[in-house]
Amino acid sequence: MVEDGGIAKSLSGSPGDAARGRAIVVNRQTGLCLLCHSGPFPEERFQGTLAPSLAGAGVRLNESQLRLRIADGRRLHPDTIMPSYYRTDGLTRVAPGFAGKPILNADQIEDVIAFLMTLR
Amino acid sequence: MMRPRRLRMIMACMAVLLAGPFASGDEIPLAARKSGSEFMSRQTQDMQNDDTSNPAMLWVLEGETLWSKPAGTANKSCSSCHRDAATSMKGVAASYPAFDETSSKVINLEQRINLCRTEQQKASPLAYESRDLLALTAYLARQSKGMPIEAKDDSRTRPFREAGEKLYSERVGQLNLSCAQCHTDNWGQKLGSALLPQAHPTAYPLYRLEWQTVGSLQRRLRNCMIGMRAEPYAYGDQEFVNLELYLMWRARGMTMEAPGVRP
Ligand code: HEC
Ligand code: HEC
Repeated sequence: MVEDGGIAKSLSGSPGDAARGRAIVVNRQTGLCLLCHSGPFPEERFQGTLAPSLAGAGVRLNESQLRLRIADGRRLHPDTIMPSYYRTDGLTRVAPGFAGKPILNADQIEDVIAFLMTLR
Repeated sequence: MMRPRRLRMIMACMAVLLAGPFASGDEIPLAARKSGSEFMSRQTQDMQNDDTSNPAMLWVLEGETLWSKPAGTANKSCSSCHRDAATSMKGVAASYPAFDETSSKVINLEQRINLCRTEQQKASPLAYESRDLLALTAYLARQSKGMPIEAKDDSRTRPFREAGEKLYSERVGQLNLSCAQCHTDNWGQKLGSALLPQAHPTAYPLYRLEWQTVGSLQRRLRNCMIGMRAEPYAYGDQEFVNLELYLMWRARGMTMEAPGVRP
Protein backbone atom coordinates (compact mmCIF):
# COMPACT_ATOMS: atom_id res chain seq x y z
CA MET A 1 0.00 0.00 0.00
CA VAL A 2 1.30 3.43 -0.94
CA GLU A 3 1.11 6.00 1.85
CA ASP A 4 2.99 9.20 2.65
CA GLY A 5 5.23 8.87 -0.41
CA GLY A 6 6.30 5.35 0.44
CA ILE A 7 5.42 1.72 1.02
CA ALA A 8 5.94 0.92 4.69
CA LYS A 9 5.46 -2.85 4.64
CA SER A 10 7.99 -5.33 3.32
CA LEU A 11 6.81 -6.76 0.00
CA SER A 12 7.92 -10.26 1.00
CA GLY A 13 6.88 -10.01 4.63
CA SER A 14 10.45 -10.33 5.86
CA PRO A 15 13.53 -8.13 5.97
CA GLY A 16 16.05 -8.28 3.09
CA ASP A 17 19.69 -9.24 3.05
CA ALA A 18 22.11 -6.40 2.23
CA ALA A 19 24.87 -8.62 0.79
CA ARG A 20 22.49 -10.28 -1.63
CA GLY A 21 21.07 -6.85 -2.43
CA ARG A 22 24.48 -5.52 -3.40
CA ALA A 23 24.99 -8.43 -5.79
CA ILE A 24 21.64 -7.66 -7.45
CA VAL A 25 22.40 -3.95 -7.77
CA VAL A 26 25.73 -4.51 -9.56
CA ASN A 27 24.41 -7.30 -11.80
CA ARG A 28 23.66 -6.00 -15.29
CA GLN A 29 21.21 -8.80 -16.09
CA THR A 30 19.17 -8.82 -12.88
CA GLY A 31 19.27 -5.41 -11.18
CA LEU A 32 20.31 -3.36 -14.22
CA CYS A 33 20.83 -0.45 -11.80
CA LEU A 34 24.36 0.40 -12.96
CA LEU A 35 23.21 0.77 -16.56
CA CYS A 36 21.77 4.11 -15.46
CA HIS A 37 23.20 4.83 -11.99
CA SER A 38 26.68 5.10 -10.59
CA GLY A 39 27.57 4.49 -6.96
CA PRO A 40 30.23 3.42 -4.48
CA PHE A 41 31.29 0.31 -6.43
CA PRO A 42 35.02 0.76 -7.10
CA GLU A 43 35.31 -2.65 -8.78
CA GLU A 44 32.64 -1.85 -11.38
CA ARG A 45 34.24 -0.23 -14.40
CA PHE A 46 31.21 0.79 -16.41
CA GLN A 47 28.59 2.77 -14.56
CA GLY A 48 25.76 4.77 -16.07
CA THR A 49 25.31 8.53 -16.13
CA LEU A 50 21.56 8.68 -16.77
CA ALA A 51 20.58 8.87 -13.12
CA PRO A 52 21.80 10.25 -9.77
CA SER A 53 24.53 8.37 -7.89
CA LEU A 54 23.25 5.79 -5.44
CA ALA A 55 25.84 6.94 -2.90
CA GLY A 56 24.04 8.19 0.20
CA ALA A 57 20.65 6.84 -0.96
CA GLY A 58 20.03 5.50 2.57
CA VAL A 59 20.46 9.00 3.99
CA ARG A 60 18.26 10.80 1.50
CA LEU A 61 15.43 8.27 1.57
CA ASN A 62 14.01 6.05 4.28
CA GLU A 63 13.14 2.40 3.77
CA SER A 64 9.53 3.09 2.93
CA GLN A 65 10.43 5.73 0.32
CA LEU A 66 13.06 3.47 -1.23
CA ARG A 67 10.50 0.67 -1.52
CA LEU A 68 8.10 2.84 -3.51
CA ARG A 69 10.95 4.30 -5.58
CA ILE A 70 12.03 0.83 -6.72
CA ALA A 71 8.73 -1.02 -6.80
CA ASP A 72 6.91 1.67 -8.74
CA GLY A 73 8.80 4.91 -9.35
CA ARG A 74 6.18 5.83 -11.95
CA ARG A 75 3.84 6.73 -9.11
CA LEU A 76 6.26 9.47 -8.12
CA HIS A 77 7.22 10.63 -11.62
CA PRO A 78 4.98 9.27 -14.38
CA ASP A 79 7.58 10.04 -17.04
CA THR A 80 10.63 8.69 -15.23
CA ILE A 81 13.01 6.55 -17.25
CA MET A 82 13.52 4.33 -14.19
CA PRO A 83 11.53 1.11 -14.62
CA SER A 84 8.92 0.15 -12.04
CA TYR A 85 10.54 -3.04 -10.75
CA TYR A 86 7.46 -4.56 -9.16
CA ARG A 87 4.72 -3.63 -11.56
CA THR A 88 3.39 -5.73 -14.43
CA ASP A 89 0.37 -3.69 -15.53
CA GLY A 90 0.33 -0.79 -17.96
CA LEU A 91 3.09 -2.27 -20.13
CA THR A 92 3.02 -2.78 -23.91
CA ARG A 93 4.63 -5.42 -26.12
CA VAL A 94 6.57 -7.15 -23.37
CA ALA A 95 8.81 -9.92 -24.77
CA PRO A 96 7.16 -13.32 -24.17
CA GLY A 97 9.91 -14.48 -21.79
CA PHE A 98 9.25 -11.54 -19.48
CA ALA A 99 5.49 -11.18 -19.81
CA GLY A 100 3.55 -11.05 -16.56
CA LYS A 101 6.72 -11.07 -14.47
CA PRO A 102 8.07 -8.15 -12.47
CA ILE A 103 11.71 -7.20 -13.14
CA LEU A 104 12.63 -8.24 -9.59
CA ASN A 105 10.60 -10.38 -7.22
CA ALA A 106 9.57 -9.34 -3.71
CA ASP A 107 12.56 -10.98 -2.00
CA GLN A 108 15.01 -9.40 -4.42
CA ILE A 109 13.51 -5.95 -3.91
CA GLU A 110 13.75 -6.31 -0.12
CA ASP A 111 17.41 -7.34 -0.53
CA VAL A 112 18.08 -4.26 -2.68
CA ILE A 113 16.41 -2.00 -0.11
CA ALA A 114 18.42 -3.54 2.74
CA PHE A 115 21.56 -2.80 0.74
CA LEU A 116 20.59 0.76 -0.18
CA MET A 117 19.94 1.47 3.52
CA THR A 118 23.64 0.74 4.15
CA LEU A 119 24.65 3.51 1.69
CA ARG A 120 25.11 6.29 4.21
CA MET B 1 2.59 26.57 10.23
CA MET B 2 3.45 23.94 7.68
CA ARG B 3 5.31 20.90 8.91
CA PRO B 4 8.70 20.51 7.23
CA ARG B 5 7.69 17.13 5.79
CA ARG B 6 4.64 18.65 4.11
CA LEU B 7 6.74 21.48 2.79
CA ARG B 8 9.26 19.02 1.33
CA MET B 9 6.48 17.16 -0.44
CA ILE B 10 5.15 20.34 -1.98
CA MET B 11 8.63 21.28 -3.13
CA ALA B 12 9.08 17.83 -4.60
CA CYS B 13 5.84 18.19 -6.52
CA MET B 14 6.95 21.55 -7.82
CA ALA B 15 10.20 20.02 -8.96
CA VAL B 16 8.22 17.43 -10.90
CA LEU B 17 6.11 20.13 -12.50
CA LEU B 18 9.24 21.99 -13.49
CA ALA B 19 10.31 18.72 -15.10
CA GLY B 20 14.04 18.37 -14.91
CA PRO B 21 15.33 15.37 -16.78
CA PHE B 22 11.94 13.84 -17.48
CA ALA B 23 10.09 13.67 -20.73
CA SER B 24 11.44 16.70 -22.45
CA GLY B 25 9.80 15.37 -25.60
CA ASP B 26 11.74 18.05 -27.46
CA GLU B 27 13.46 16.91 -30.58
CA ILE B 28 17.16 17.60 -30.97
CA PRO B 29 17.62 20.93 -32.80
CA LEU B 30 18.73 20.28 -36.40
CA ALA B 31 22.07 21.99 -35.89
CA ALA B 32 22.85 19.93 -32.76
CA ARG B 33 22.50 16.58 -34.50
CA LYS B 34 25.44 14.20 -34.52
CA SER B 35 26.03 11.00 -36.39
CA GLY B 36 26.74 7.89 -34.36
CA SER B 37 30.30 7.94 -35.71
CA GLU B 38 31.00 11.13 -33.77
CA PHE B 39 30.59 9.16 -30.54
CA MET B 40 33.20 6.58 -31.54
CA SER B 41 36.88 6.39 -30.73
CA ARG B 42 39.27 7.95 -33.23
CA GLN B 43 40.48 4.48 -34.10
CA THR B 44 37.02 3.21 -35.07
CA GLN B 45 36.35 6.43 -37.01
CA ASP B 46 39.54 5.89 -39.00
CA MET B 47 38.52 2.29 -39.67
CA GLN B 48 35.18 3.52 -41.07
CA ASN B 49 36.64 6.30 -43.16
CA ASP B 50 39.48 4.39 -44.80
CA ASP B 51 38.22 2.05 -47.52
CA THR B 52 41.22 -0.23 -47.13
CA SER B 53 40.48 -0.87 -43.44
CA ASN B 54 36.67 -0.73 -43.46
CA PRO B 55 35.56 -4.39 -43.33
CA ALA B 56 32.17 -3.51 -44.87
CA MET B 57 33.95 -2.75 -48.16
CA LEU B 58 34.10 -6.51 -48.72
CA TRP B 59 30.31 -6.53 -48.87
CA VAL B 60 30.34 -3.52 -51.20
CA LEU B 61 32.66 -5.40 -53.57
CA GLU B 62 30.45 -8.46 -53.48
CA GLY B 63 27.45 -6.24 -54.17
CA GLU B 64 29.23 -4.82 -57.20
CA THR B 65 29.66 -8.36 -58.56
CA LEU B 66 26.02 -9.24 -57.87
CA TRP B 67 24.88 -6.03 -59.58
CA SER B 68 25.90 -7.35 -62.99
CA LYS B 69 25.23 -11.04 -62.39
CA PRO B 70 22.09 -12.35 -64.16
CA ALA B 71 19.56 -14.01 -61.87
CA GLY B 72 16.12 -15.60 -62.01
CA THR B 73 14.18 -17.08 -64.87
CA ALA B 74 14.29 -13.73 -66.68
CA ASN B 75 18.06 -14.11 -66.64
CA LYS B 76 18.54 -10.39 -66.14
CA SER B 77 20.98 -8.61 -63.86
CA CYS B 78 20.37 -5.33 -62.05
CA SER B 79 22.64 -3.66 -64.56
CA SER B 80 20.53 -4.95 -67.48
CA CYS B 81 17.95 -2.36 -66.44
CA HIS B 82 19.89 0.20 -64.40
CA ARG B 83 23.28 0.20 -66.17
CA ASP B 84 26.00 1.95 -64.20
CA ALA B 85 25.07 2.15 -60.52
CA ALA B 86 27.47 5.06 -60.01
CA THR B 87 25.03 7.22 -61.96
CA SER B 88 21.67 5.44 -61.80
CA MET B 89 21.83 4.70 -58.06
CA LYS B 90 23.44 7.92 -56.90
CA GLY B 91 21.35 9.34 -54.05
CA VAL B 92 18.83 6.50 -54.11
CA ALA B 93 19.73 5.00 -50.71
CA ALA B 94 19.67 8.53 -49.24
CA SER B 95 15.99 8.84 -50.09
CA TYR B 96 14.69 5.47 -48.85
CA PRO B 97 12.27 4.32 -47.39
CA ALA B 98 10.09 5.65 -50.20
CA PHE B 99 6.51 5.37 -51.40
CA ASP B 100 5.73 2.40 -53.63
CA GLU B 101 2.88 3.07 -56.05
CA THR B 102 1.94 -0.57 -56.57
CA SER B 103 1.44 -1.46 -52.92
CA SER B 104 0.53 2.10 -51.81
CA LYS B 105 2.97 1.68 -48.93
CA VAL B 106 6.30 3.03 -47.88
CA ILE B 107 9.00 0.41 -48.51
CA ASN B 108 12.66 0.29 -47.56
CA LEU B 109 15.70 -0.36 -49.73
CA GLU B 110 15.80 -4.09 -49.01
CA GLN B 111 12.17 -4.41 -50.07
CA ARG B 112 12.85 -2.37 -53.21
CA ILE B 113 15.69 -4.74 -54.14
CA ASN B 114 13.44 -7.74 -53.54
CA LEU B 115 10.67 -6.22 -55.68
CA CYS B 116 13.15 -5.93 -58.55
CA ARG B 117 14.12 -9.54 -57.97
CA THR B 118 10.62 -10.96 -57.96
CA GLU B 119 9.04 -8.65 -60.57
CA GLN B 120 11.88 -8.04 -63.01
CA GLN B 121 14.37 -10.86 -62.59
CA LYS B 122 11.74 -13.47 -61.71
CA ALA B 123 13.99 -14.64 -58.91
CA SER B 124 13.22 -15.51 -55.30
CA PRO B 125 13.43 -12.67 -52.77
CA LEU B 126 16.58 -12.52 -50.65
CA ALA B 127 16.21 -13.09 -46.91
CA TYR B 128 16.90 -10.28 -44.48
CA GLU B 129 20.49 -10.35 -43.21
CA SER B 130 21.50 -12.79 -45.95
CA ARG B 131 24.94 -12.15 -47.34
CA ASP B 132 23.60 -11.25 -50.80
CA LEU B 133 20.99 -8.77 -49.58
CA LEU B 134 23.49 -7.08 -47.28
CA ALA B 135 26.01 -6.95 -50.14
CA LEU B 136 23.51 -5.33 -52.52
CA THR B 137 22.26 -2.80 -49.95
CA ALA B 138 25.84 -1.96 -48.95
CA TYR B 139 26.72 -1.44 -52.62
CA LEU B 140 23.70 0.79 -53.18
CA ALA B 141 24.25 2.74 -49.96
CA ARG B 142 27.82 3.34 -51.06
CA GLN B 143 26.53 5.18 -54.15
CA SER B 144 25.05 7.79 -51.79
CA LYS B 145 28.10 8.25 -49.60
CA GLY B 146 28.67 11.93 -48.86
CA MET B 147 25.20 12.94 -50.02
CA PRO B 148 22.56 14.52 -47.78
CA ILE B 149 19.71 12.35 -46.51
CA GLU B 150 16.59 13.33 -48.37
CA ALA B 151 13.45 12.27 -46.58
CA LYS B 152 10.39 13.10 -48.61
CA ASP B 153 7.55 14.74 -46.81
CA ASP B 154 4.36 14.56 -48.81
CA SER B 155 0.78 13.56 -48.23
CA ARG B 156 1.44 9.94 -49.22
CA THR B 157 4.46 9.31 -46.98
CA ARG B 158 3.37 11.42 -44.02
CA PRO B 159 1.00 8.89 -42.41
CA PHE B 160 3.84 6.33 -42.40
CA ARG B 161 6.30 8.79 -40.94
CA GLU B 162 3.81 9.81 -38.28
CA ALA B 163 3.21 6.17 -37.41
CA GLY B 164 7.00 5.79 -37.08
CA GLU B 165 7.23 8.83 -34.85
CA LYS B 166 4.54 7.36 -32.60
CA LEU B 167 6.52 4.14 -32.26
CA TYR B 168 9.64 6.15 -31.49
CA SER B 169 8.04 7.85 -28.52
CA GLU B 170 5.98 4.93 -27.25
CA ARG B 171 7.11 3.12 -24.11
CA VAL B 172 7.38 -0.63 -24.61
CA GLY B 173 8.74 -3.78 -23.05
CA GLN B 174 9.22 -4.95 -19.49
CA LEU B 175 11.57 -2.01 -18.90
CA ASN B 176 8.90 0.38 -20.20
CA LEU B 177 11.30 2.53 -22.20
CA SER B 178 10.89 4.48 -25.42
CA CYS B 179 13.45 5.13 -28.15
CA ALA B 180 13.08 8.85 -27.38
CA GLN B 181 14.02 8.44 -23.72
CA CYS B 182 17.41 7.06 -24.65
CA HIS B 183 18.16 8.71 -27.99
CA THR B 184 16.48 12.13 -27.74
CA ASP B 185 16.42 12.87 -24.00
CA ASN B 186 19.68 11.19 -22.92
CA TRP B 187 22.03 11.05 -25.91
CA GLY B 188 25.66 11.49 -24.93
CA GLN B 189 25.04 9.83 -21.55
CA LYS B 190 26.52 6.50 -20.64
CA LEU B 191 24.24 3.48 -20.43
CA GLY B 192 26.64 1.14 -18.65
CA SER B 193 29.62 1.06 -20.99
CA ALA B 194 27.78 2.31 -24.10
CA LEU B 195 27.56 5.96 -25.10
CA LEU B 196 23.99 6.71 -26.17
CA PRO B 197 23.98 7.97 -29.76
CA GLN B 198 21.17 10.06 -31.28
CA ALA B 199 20.01 7.14 -33.44
CA HIS B 200 20.59 8.67 -36.86
CA PRO B 201 20.62 5.99 -39.58
CA THR B 202 23.43 7.65 -41.54
CA ALA B 203 25.71 4.63 -41.86
CA TYR B 204 23.57 1.54 -42.51
CA PRO B 205 24.16 -1.18 -43.44
CA LEU B 206 27.29 -1.24 -41.32
CA TYR B 207 29.96 -3.53 -39.94
CA ARG B 208 29.62 -3.96 -36.21
CA LEU B 209 32.70 -5.27 -34.45
CA GLU B 210 30.45 -6.89 -31.84
CA TRP B 211 28.53 -8.74 -34.59
CA GLN B 212 31.68 -9.52 -36.57
CA THR B 213 29.62 -8.91 -39.67
CA VAL B 214 27.55 -6.40 -41.57
CA GLY B 215 23.98 -5.82 -40.40
CA SER B 216 20.97 -3.82 -41.50
CA LEU B 217 19.30 -0.95 -39.69
CA GLN B 218 16.48 -3.32 -38.72
CA ARG B 219 18.98 -5.62 -37.03
CA ARG B 220 20.09 -2.64 -34.93
CA LEU B 221 16.47 -1.77 -34.08
CA ARG B 222 15.83 -5.38 -33.05
CA ASN B 223 18.80 -5.19 -30.70
CA CYS B 224 17.43 -2.06 -29.05
CA MET B 225 13.99 -3.64 -28.64
CA ILE B 226 15.49 -6.78 -27.12
CA GLY B 227 17.36 -4.51 -24.70
CA MET B 228 14.04 -2.95 -23.71
CA ARG B 229 12.74 -6.50 -23.14
CA ALA B 230 10.12 -5.82 -25.79
CA GLU B 231 9.01 -8.26 -28.44
CA PRO B 232 10.80 -7.02 -31.55
CA TYR B 233 8.93 -6.63 -34.83
CA ALA B 234 9.77 -9.17 -37.50
CA TYR B 235 12.19 -8.18 -40.25
CA GLY B 236 10.31 -6.28 -42.95
CA ASP B 237 7.26 -5.52 -40.78
CA GLN B 238 5.63 -2.23 -41.70
CA GLU B 239 6.28 -0.97 -38.16
CA PHE B 240 10.03 -1.26 -38.71
CA VAL B 241 9.81 0.42 -42.12
CA ASN B 242 7.82 3.27 -40.57
CA LEU B 243 10.44 3.63 -37.84
CA GLU B 244 13.17 3.68 -40.48
CA LEU B 245 11.31 6.42 -42.36
CA TYR B 246 10.93 8.49 -39.21
CA LEU B 247 14.61 8.06 -38.34
CA MET B 248 15.61 9.16 -41.85
CA TRP B 249 13.33 12.18 -41.55
CA ARG B 250 14.88 13.08 -38.18
CA ALA B 251 18.25 12.84 -39.93
CA ARG B 252 17.20 14.81 -43.03
CA GLY B 253 20.08 16.78 -44.49
CA MET B 254 22.71 14.79 -42.59
CA THR B 255 25.50 13.16 -44.57
CA MET B 256 25.32 9.53 -45.65
CA GLU B 257 28.34 7.60 -44.35
CA ALA B 258 27.39 4.06 -45.29
CA PRO B 259 28.81 1.55 -45.11
CA GLY B 260 29.79 2.44 -41.55
CA VAL B 261 31.67 0.74 -38.74
CA ARG B 262 30.48 0.56 -35.13
CA PRO B 263 32.10 -0.93 -32.01
C1 HEC C 1 16.77 3.04 -17.04
C2 HEC C 1 17.33 3.84 -15.98
C3 HEC C 1 17.32 3.40 -14.54
C4 HEC C 1 17.49 2.14 -14.00
C5 HEC C 1 17.74 0.83 -14.74
C6 HEC C 1 17.42 2.31 -12.57
N1 HEC C 1 17.22 3.62 -12.26
FE1 HEC C 1 17.02 4.39 -10.36
N2 HEC C 1 16.65 6.27 -11.16
C7 HEC C 1 16.73 6.58 -12.49
C8 HEC C 1 16.51 8.01 -12.66
C9 HEC C 1 16.53 8.78 -13.98
C10 HEC C 1 16.28 8.53 -11.35
C11 HEC C 1 16.02 10.00 -11.00
C12 HEC C 1 14.62 10.29 -10.60
C13 HEC C 1 13.60 9.87 -11.62
O1 HEC C 1 13.81 10.01 -12.82
O2 HEC C 1 12.56 9.34 -11.24
C14 HEC C 1 16.38 7.39 -10.45
C15 HEC C 1 16.22 7.49 -9.06
C16 HEC C 1 16.54 6.49 -8.17
C17 HEC C 1 16.58 6.63 -6.74
C18 HEC C 1 16.31 7.92 -5.98
C19 HEC C 1 17.63 8.61 -5.92
C20 HEC C 1 17.67 9.78 -4.97
O3 HEC C 1 18.74 10.01 -4.46
O4 HEC C 1 16.64 10.41 -4.79
C21 HEC C 1 16.97 5.43 -6.21
C22 HEC C 1 17.19 5.09 -4.75
C23 HEC C 1 17.16 4.53 -7.31
N3 HEC C 1 16.89 5.19 -8.49
C24 HEC C 1 17.57 3.22 -7.19
C25 HEC C 1 17.68 2.31 -8.25
C26 HEC C 1 18.00 0.90 -8.09
C27 HEC C 1 18.34 0.24 -6.76
C28 HEC C 1 17.94 0.35 -9.32
C29 HEC C 1 18.07 -1.10 -9.71
C30 HEC C 1 17.38 -2.10 -8.94
C31 HEC C 1 17.65 1.41 -10.25
N4 HEC C 1 17.48 2.59 -9.56
C32 HEC C 1 17.55 1.26 -11.65
C33 HEC C 1 16.98 5.71 -13.54
C34 HEC C 1 17.16 4.33 -13.42
C1 HEC D 1 17.83 1.78 -22.99
C2 HEC D 1 18.39 2.56 -24.05
C3 HEC D 1 17.93 2.41 -25.49
C4 HEC D 1 16.66 2.35 -25.98
C5 HEC D 1 15.35 2.39 -25.20
C6 HEC D 1 16.78 2.30 -27.42
N1 HEC D 1 18.09 2.29 -27.78
FE1 HEC D 1 18.82 2.48 -29.68
N2 HEC D 1 20.76 2.36 -28.95
C7 HEC D 1 21.10 2.27 -27.61
C8 HEC D 1 22.54 2.17 -27.50
C9 HEC D 1 23.33 2.06 -26.19
C10 HEC D 1 23.05 2.20 -28.82
C11 HEC D 1 24.50 2.14 -29.25
C12 HEC D 1 25.04 0.78 -29.02
C13 HEC D 1 26.51 0.66 -29.21
O1 HEC D 1 27.08 1.40 -30.01
O2 HEC D 1 27.06 -0.20 -28.56
C14 HEC D 1 21.90 2.33 -29.70
C15 HEC D 1 21.97 2.44 -31.10
C16 HEC D 1 20.90 2.75 -31.92
C17 HEC D 1 21.01 3.07 -33.33
C18 HEC D 1 22.31 3.07 -34.12
C19 HEC D 1 22.96 4.42 -34.19
C20 HEC D 1 24.26 4.36 -34.95
O3 HEC D 1 24.85 5.41 -35.15
O4 HEC D 1 24.71 3.29 -35.34
C21 HEC D 1 19.75 3.31 -33.78
C22 HEC D 1 19.36 3.68 -35.20
C23 HEC D 1 18.85 3.15 -32.65
N3 HEC D 1 19.59 2.81 -31.54
C24 HEC D 1 17.47 3.30 -32.71
C25 HEC D 1 16.59 2.98 -31.67
C26 HEC D 1 15.16 2.91 -31.79
C27 HEC D 1 14.38 3.19 -33.06
C28 HEC D 1 14.66 2.54 -30.57
C29 HEC D 1 13.27 2.18 -30.18
C30 HEC D 1 12.61 1.12 -30.89
C31 HEC D 1 15.79 2.46 -29.67
N4 HEC D 1 16.93 2.70 -30.37
C32 HEC D 1 15.70 2.22 -28.30
C33 HEC D 1 20.22 2.33 -26.54
C34 HEC D 1 18.83 2.34 -26.62
